[in-house]
Amino acid sequence: MVDTRTELIDRYDLTKCFQCAKCTAGCPVSLKSVLNIRRLMREVLLSPDLQGTFHKSEIWDCTTCQTCTLRCPRGLKPHELVINLRSLLVEEGEIPKTAIDALEGVYKHGNPWGRARSKRSEWSTGLNIKNLTEGDTAPLLFFNCCTTAYDPRVQEIGKALVTVLRTAGVDFGCLGNKESCCGSEVRRMGETGLFEMLSEDNLKLFQNSGVNEIVTVSPHCYNTFKNEYPEHSFGIKHYSQLVNSLINEGRLKFSRELNRKITYHDPCYLGKQNKVFDEPRNVINAIPGVTFIEFDRSRERSLCCEGGGGRMFIEASASGQRLAEIRARDAVEMGVDIIATSCPFCLLNLEDAVKTTGNEGKLVVRDILELVVDAL
Amino acid sequence: MPCDTALVIGGGIAGMQAALDIANAGFKVVLVEKSPSIGGRMLQFSEVFPTLDCPQCIGTPKMLEVGSHPNIQLIAYSEVESVTGTCGNFTVKIRQKSRFVDPSRCSACGECSKVCPVQVPDERNLGLSRRKAIYIPFAQAVPNIATIDPDYCLHLKGLKEGKDLCRLCQKGIPQKNLPGCEAKAIDFNIQNKIIEINVGVIIVAVGYDLFDARLKPEYGYGVYPGVITGMELERIDESGGPTLGKIVVNGKSPRNVVFIQCVGSRDKSVGVEYCSRVCCMYTAKQALYVKSKLPEAKVTVCYIDVRAFGKGYEQFYERVQEAGVIYRRGMVSEVYKEGDSLVVRAEDTLSGEIYEERADLVVLATGLRPSGDTVELARLLNIPVGADGFFLESHPKLGPVETAVDGIYLAGCCQGPKDIADTVIQAGAAASMACIKLAVTGKGTESA
Repeated sequence: MVDTRTELIDRYDLTKCFQCAKCTAGCPVSLKSVLNIRRLMREVLLSPDLQGTFHKSEIWDCTTCQTCTLRCPRGLKPHELVINLRSLLVEEGEIPKTAIDALEGVYKHGNPWGRARSKRSEWSTGLNIKNLTEGDTAPLLFFNCCTTAYDPRVQEIGKALVTVLRTAGVDFGCLGNKESCCGSEVRRMGETGLFEMLSEDNLKLFQNSGVNEIVTVSPHCYNTFKNEYPEHSFGIKHYSQLVNSLINEGRLKFSRELNRKITYHDPCYLGKQNKVFDEPRNVINAIPGVTFIEFDRSRERSLCCEGGGGRMFIEASASGQRLAEIRARDAVEMGVDIIATSCPFCLLNLEDAVKTTGNEGKLVVRDILELVVDAL
Repeated sequence: MPCDTALVIGGGIAGMQAALDIANAGFKVVLVEKSPSIGGRMLQFSEVFPTLDCPQCIGTPKMLEVGSHPNIQLIAYSEVESVTGTCGNFTVKIRQKSRFVDPSRCSACGECSKVCPVQVPDERNLGLSRRKAIYIPFAQAVPNIATIDPDYCLHLKGLKEGKDLCRLCQKGIPQKNLPGCEAKAIDFNIQNKIIEINVGVIIVAVGYDLFDARLKPEYGYGVYPGVITGMELERIDESGGPTLGKIVVNGKSPRNVVFIQCVGSRDKSVGVEYCSRVCCMYTAKQALYVKSKLPEAKVTVCYIDVRAFGKGYEQFYERVQEAGVIYRRGMVSEVYKEGDSLVVRAEDTLSGEIYEERADLVVLATGLRPSGDTVELARLLNIPVGADGFFLESHPKLGPVETAVDGIYLAGCCQGPKDIADTVIQAGAAASMACIKLAVTGKGTESA
């Protein structure tokens, strides 16, 4: 463990941390969790061995929203230290049961939801989507994400993207049942080895499917393909970027008005982490009839929904108000009809929050793709 | 032929001090200032640390001395256009922008501004107030001459389209008993001119810019009117400023004020690795004057380290704390809104408490950046710029005012952030180096 400690100090430049606490202050869970990322950086630096510094259940509270890293004045990566500490816990088997299930699911069936691989493409039954693993060809790969494949609510988003792409005349295909988890959450739950295996297998699969470009439904897949996979030459787009260009090119035209007050929740993985702020807003604003209202906490200051970092599969140690509930209450106060978002995790968490705060009937949560389809 | 004149570029406190020192040694000085008046940033402050004296009181006499010194030729509203030659014999072309006002006639009576119909954000007050398109930047301006702003003047804009508009400054509004310019100083035909001079040495004293707080979007500057910069607070606090010295934000006196240090300093996320050196002390000073003007207000300073290194500074820091200003160690990560108040989110690292402070005024201690003119001037003078973007001295210890080019010296914040005291010291040192060089390459004038 002493060697591991030295490795961690080097890998995360812990000697450079000047303990300014910008990380903890910006951490969305720091007010309700005992997780203190600033103190953790210090403890790892000073502890003679690592015992006691990472055997903490709050290590699993981090949502990997990356606010700590993005704002660190010393250019350090506190959230990566958390992920690394998680991997030490994984090595020792000290991992929440639900996370084990999710990781096993990915290992065995290619998805963390414990569902059968043979049912991965069931959502698209009757849609006649090209399957690039069975001889079909197309320049664009529609990468669906495990949640969009299996969750009945999120499946609607995948179907909406199919409608949008077909309306705009975009030639695309899927990977059918051969599609596997992107590994983003796997990596963040500390299973580095499994992530490496997935990234290599997926890249091979992409190469064999003969595509140049990949469009993802989830910002999490988008981020990991773009920033964490071994070097590759695929063009990676989140659908909000693609739909925005389709609108700008005049390939997507609206025929119906959507007379609704709409706000937009920035997914951390799309907004903060990849600076895709404008495209989703442009898409919403292009829909006729929409009145767009910004959350006060938007763009770089957007509040995390708590869905990242494996937190869809792990119950946090911290109690207290869920951040998505703050979002739902703020939206009600703003008087909007719809919270729009562009991430499966954000969608599920926000929908849940609307229910748990008793605001069902006052407002709904929708993916921007669903709004687009409504207005076509 | 070797020349016994020095060129000083920049008319802030560094440039003024250097010019006066050289002139008092008996050499001729040409002082070039970009804006309509000399004075620089120091004259924009409302009070200066650690003595809390008024910069106008100590700065205005320097300005007047520069303006009237027989050995100083002041060329304001002008910029250096080219430099050739070497030490002892530089040829410098200076572009003097037209003020469209004849300096020999203008009496600075201000009648022109009274009739001018165009309102323009006032640079001196950082846009917190308005000036006219024909204006004198402030009462103590040197030279005290009106200037027409060509970007806003209706007549000058009209001329481009062949129209003869406005000219109220020339004509006045007789029916309202407003004469306009009676001295007949306004002349729309005055052109920019190029002045060519020969100098033996050059002192660069072009100062600094302030970090643009919009580059730290987490603080909501430009989004919330209650979030302002330290420089804006200086203007608000000054008795001659836009609020006549009342600390007022959104029409109200704030009750909870939070100062955030190191905004655009010691921050790699915006590419600024260095400490700006003055922000700890200017924030301490501001916290003190806010606390004394608003004794009921809660005043908090959020900091990483307090660097009170100068003479009397540590004692001043203690005095500020005695006055009831609370210092909390830990950077603010975010400012957002809840109802009418701003929420400042931070951790107090000394207590380990993560807190949300409800504030109605947030002041950002923005750091110092190299002047926007640095790159172009470095090219013209062929002198190097350091990794931090400031002009590079020839040796960090033994050559603190020299540059890589013989006969070109640095003074003030253009070499790196420093306070007024250190700026004046460096200006004196640069002047002394310049005088030594002139004494060797040229000859002193008779008047000393």
